[in-house]
Amino acid sequence: MLLCGLAVLGTLVLIVYELMLRSGPSWHAFGFKFFSGHDWDPVSEQFGALPFIYGTLVSSILALIIAVPLSIGVAVFTTEMCPPMVRGPLSFFVELLAAIPSVVYGLWAIFVLVPILNNYVGPVLARTLGWTGLFSGPFYGVSMLAAGIILAIMIIPIISSITREVLMVVPQHQREAALALGATRWEMIRVGVLRNARAGIMGGIILGLGRALGETMAVTMVIGNNPQIVKSLFAPGYTMASVLANEFSEATGDIYRSALIEIGLALFVVTIVVNALARLLVWTVTRGQPSRADA
Amino acid sequence: MPETNKPETGEPPALHTVPPIALRRRITNHVMTGAAVLTVILVLVPLFAIFAYLIYRGVGSLNWAFLTQTPRPVGEAGGGMANAIVGSVLILALASIIGVPLGVGAGIYVAEYGRNRFGDAIRFTADVLNGVPSIVVGIVAFAIVVLDQGHFSALAGGVALAIMMIPTITRTTEEMLLLVPQALREAAYGLGIPRWRATLSITLRTATSGVITGIMLAFARVAGETAPLLFTALGNQFWNVRINEPTAALPLQIYTYALSPYDDWHRQAWAGAFVLIVLIVSAVAAVRFAVRRGTFGAA
Repeated sequence: MLLCGLAVLGTLVLIVYELMLRSGPSWHAFGFKFFSGHDWDPVSEQFGALPFIYGTLVSSILALIIAVPLSIGVAVFTTEMCPPMVRGPLSFFVELLAAIPSVVYGLWAIFVLVPILNNYVGPVLARTLGWTGLFSGPFYGVSMLAAGIILAIMIIPIISSITREVLMVVPQHQREAALALGATRWEMIRVGVLRNARAGIMGGIILGLGRALGETMAVTMVIGNNPQIVKSLFAPGYTMASVLANEFSEATGDIYRSALIEIGLALFVVTIVVNALARLLVWTVTRGQPSRADA
Repeated sequence: MPETNKPETGEPPALHTVPPIALRRRITNHVMTGAAVLTVILVLVPLFAIFAYLIYRGVGSLNWAFLTQTPRPVGEAGGGMANAIVGSVLILALASIIGVPLGVGAGIYVAEYGRNRFGDAIRFTADVLNGVPSIVVGIVAFAIVVLDQGHFSALAGGVALAIMMIPTITRTTEEMLLLVPQALREAAYGLGIPRWRATLSITLRTATSGVITGIMLAFARVAGETAPLLFTALGNQFWNVRINEPTAALPLQIYTYALSPYDDWHRQAWAGAFVLIVLIVSAVAAVRFAVRRGTFGAA
């Protein structure tokens, strides 16, 4: 048993060790410039990861902007508003979303979401919000925008199920107290429930962010895979995970492969930090029973 | 249903009557209720769209050839993914052989012997491992198996998926073992049974159905993984049942076919996705059913 426990620890150590070892050549060749360089040119062995970092950040933030209000709405509805009859099936369906493999999301996005965006949503956005510069330029559906939307669909189940758990931990007397003071239902939810659950909801959001940052297949299939930094969300982009998926198995040459592994290392470090933060926040709410609960 | 204020006004002589709720507050209340319902609709629409489209395209594309034949040469219609289905089974079997004993063992350790710093460290590590992006796991499996062997293989894919299974199994096993009443353990010790024996034959046995649930969940989670297989199992157009050769897998095949320019391959991608989803959803549903029935006697 102890050996198995050690194996779990060992796995993590192994991951860190292998990533650091194999990314060494690239680290020695480029140093910190690796993360600020724009050029990704395997032929002349020039590697700068900035376009990928940019793509990962923008697509994930876009996904959060779409997913957070929706997930909190769903969680509030299931815990505070809906009749108990509906609650079970509803949360089951939302959990089903989490069980769909990422490659199937990608498949759906290619054949359904992208055409819809291209034919209907794109022109409308260009007409109404084109002046912001975020929705301008040629649009073929395959874009940063499509990646953000499919990521949002994928992280909604995570954020909403954690938010639901956190909302259910909020003591019942908080709700009753708010109602007794004459609050309407929404005021009760805002003051009595959401305010108490802030830290936990934040944890759920960050956990969703962690998932979005590392998500590979669905994004790779719709983001367009173009290593350039463009302001418009209509333009194709590229993410850290996608470049690994597309180029790793064909990477020839040590420095090329080690540059890709360094991207993997960066992705690993970022997701670990993000996840640790999220766990901490969720724990303080659901386990530690925060001191503020009985204030 | 605006069940608003005044729960029960207990005093009959209403000295100060409860003022009616301001219109603005009432409107806000209704607007926010509407907004919550709207979010539910917005979330459910893509869900239904995905499922409906998957069933519509998937069932329409599924045929006997798909389940029994191997892929035809590029551009030629027909053929199937039989080799990918078998390949997936092979890789998942390898992953389970490696991942299940380690995961369950670590879970037992954490639950029964892990009331200390070291146990906490393992628990935290498992949570951290759970969050590692699957593509990074793929890189590690590539580095330790593929580079070592010198070629892509089913074994490398199995190792990658095993790494992803372990943390889930560890945590669920721990949770399930902690549900077993302390009295059972004490009864075993009272009979003079050594601790390791009590753990294996009493505690683990009591929690079996829960532990299996955890294993199935981990299995369902990795069954659809594509990213860690891209540069470990690699994919293969032909039959292969040897663990040292590049091997096809259902998710990989879906990915390749979805990005191809051929209509017939698109059709097969949908059929593959349908088969994959049926496998995963039935596993998850079976687990839910088992959990509901088997909330075994842990009071």
